[in-house]
Amino acid sequence: MKIDHLSSFNFGAVDLDPALFLETAASRLAAGGRALAYFALPEGTAHRLVMAVGFDRESRVEVYSALFTGPLRALTPSFPQLHLFEREIWEQSGLKPEGHPWLKPIRFNTPGAVPGVADYFTVHGSQVHEVAVGPVHAGVIEPGHFRFQCHGERVFHLEIMLGYQHRGVEKRFIGGPDKRSLHYAETLAGDTTAGHAWAYCGAVEALSGVNVPPRAQALRGVMLELERLANHTGDLGALAGDVAYLPTASFCGRLRGDFLNMTALVCGNRFGRSMFKPGGAAFDLDDALLKELLLRLERTYRDVENAVSLLWDTGSVCDRFESTGTVSKEAAEGLGLVGPAARASGVGLDTRRNFPYGPYENFTLSVSGSGDVYSRAYVRWLEIQKSVELVRGWLENLPAGPVEAACGQLRPDSAAISLIEGWRGQICHFAVTGPDGKLRHYKVVDPSFHNWQGLAMALRGGEISDFPLCNKSFNLSYCGRDL
Amino acid sequence: MIKALIARFRQGYRTMEFPSADIKLPARYLGLPKLKSLKLEAAAAACAYGAISAGANPALDLGRCVFCGACAQAAPEAVEFTQDYRLCASARQNLMITESDFKRAETLGADLRRIFGRSFRLRQVSAGGCAACEADCNVLQTIGWDLGRFGVQFVASPRHADGILVTGPVTRNMELALRKTYFAVSSPKVVIACGACAISGGPYAGHEECVGIPEDIPVDLYIPGCPPHPLTILDAILRLIGRIP
Repeated sequence: MKIDHLSSFNFGAVDLDPALFLETAASRLAAGGRALAYFALPEGTAHRLVMAVGFDRESRVEVYSALFTGPLRALTPSFPQLHLFEREIWEQSGLKPEGHPWLKPIRFNTPGAVPGVADYFTVHGSQVHEVAVGPVHAGVIEPGHFRFQCHGERVFHLEIMLGYQHRGVEKRFIGGPDKRSLHYAETLAGDTTAGHAWAYCGAVEALSGVNVPPRAQALRGVMLELERLANHTGDLGALAGDVAYLPTASFCGRLRGDFLNMTALVCGNRFGRSMFKPGGAAFDLDDALLKELLLRLERTYRDVENAVSLLWDTGSVCDRFESTGTVSKEAAEGLGLVGPAARASGVGLDTRRNFPYGPYENFTLSVSGSGDVYSRAYVRWLEIQKSVELVRGWLENLPAGPVEAACGQLRPDSAAISLIEGWRGQICHFAVTGPDGKLRHYKVVDPSFHNWQGLAMALRGGEISDFPLCNKSFNLSYCGRDL
Repeated sequence: MIKALIARFRQGYRTMEFPSADIKLPARYLGLPKLKSLKLEAAAAACAYGAISAGANPALDLGRCVFCGACAQAAPEAVEFTQDYRLCASARQNLMITESDFKRAETLGADLRRIFGRSFRLRQVSAGGCAACEADCNVLQTIGWDLGRFGVQFVASPRHADGILVTGPVTRNMELALRKTYFAVSSPKVVIACGACAISGGPYAGHEECVGIPEDIPVDLYIPGCPPHPLTILDAILRLIGRIP
């Protein structure tokens, strides 16, 4: 059945029998669908498998579900984009996807699981060696374990084993919403506070049927785009740093902070904490603040333009960026990559265009085609320009009216999907309510959940010394994936 | 090359003076909370993290506070957030805010100050959490803050470090790695708990997936916040090594 995204729906209507479910899922994915979420919903002693399939071009989401008691047939061999989803289903519910080629834990949170201890993919042969890195890395960065199968400098294969950041957030939404739910959403990935907070609010608002006032929508847009500006600017600086081009590295490090400070000007916190609330926004802007923000936006943007343009004009930078860590469009589509990583491989997917929400309308996305580090960097620059344009537009024409509407009880026995384009890509929150109108299940899909495998593919056939550069070009979240 | 030089000229000198009286925080920033009254029932009811206790020993626990401001909104007559970003403490109990003055962290003893006072290297261990604390530690290494000018540096190996700075609630899955990193640092060494998660579990307190900093890893400096502002972290570290009296 077809459902409208971002709105709640009667959950019973999507029920199929198990064989038909797998058949339908396979045919919808083969027809160009992308799995937005695929998870096991506990139902008594059994589990209901739920898959949300997105058709980006048609702006359509389809949801299917079926009650399973025994094992299921893995779809990963035909649809690699499902590989982590099926591993997660196995780890969370015990339902075994038969025929899954990489069936191993993803968060190591079941009894007896030891983090990082799994059956790794290995390559054997004369002079082939293995390099293991992490969980504690060299920089100030989150923990994860990486295993490279190498021949000399050349990487045959990289396997990424995470789960160290698993702190059990997702299941704490169940039984809510309560007064901790929003902060849980804000800290799913600290650098994506606006993205995840909006996704959470979107789900709750859809289930309660409240309409968010236009002024609040525009303010949310400002926060989300400031978050994107800060992170993209910081990452361009870090990419410059990784190829030892210090001017841009130094300038962008500071400019990222200028965007964060603009966020703090709005809500007091540099990461946008406490700004979002179901029904609207917690802070409003007066004329003086609007003027100050516009002034800072123009000033900071001019400096970013100056700092970033150096990258494209510097031969040593371009030489390191070009043809490094290439992910083909086929691989990106096959793995279901999202966000700038997908757009850099020529995939025309941006939630702001494909599934428009809040203040976004007639959004034109930025695509850059070559799939290498250069492309992943350049697409960020294109997005910076777009975000500045959007923020300027909203600040100059902020709709009048209230910034909050009362958010009532959630509709019982319903579900809602909330899709937001965070700075790393599409964020999907899937909320299901029980008969009491409380959250019976809550599923979070951070863009990093899709994209980590993209990083592994980017390294294939490349040099191990290019790993830091490739890693930074994706800059994925460990905590957003580990939850 | 000439473009880079012109850009350098244009971008200017951007390192802030610190400490300085001119530091201006946004008007909506929430810093050190102040108790205006010890009738904390309404404020305690508004807090989602059990940071406020009412009744016999009324106090606000900075180590649990995520600075969401819900208490001040619900009970403005009892709690007020100031703009003071200097929030560090040397002992866990000093983070309990009552009506008396807040006791900030003390400098290391003369022996340790002699070793660490002019060159202090930290290994950061990220152990759960949301990576916002890490982001605000990273920011100290940019030109705006220039942590290096104080002789403080984040280093890659625990063997090169004088101590560890822990962020996150220490997940079960990171406990062993944290322990190994700590024991790889040679003595004397310093442990800094940065952020509400590292101090008390923060928003994840009570989760069975999180174990907290183990008792055999004694903490020397607590930096509250969710995440702490970079000013707070910088102030705390400099206080510890005696660069701010």
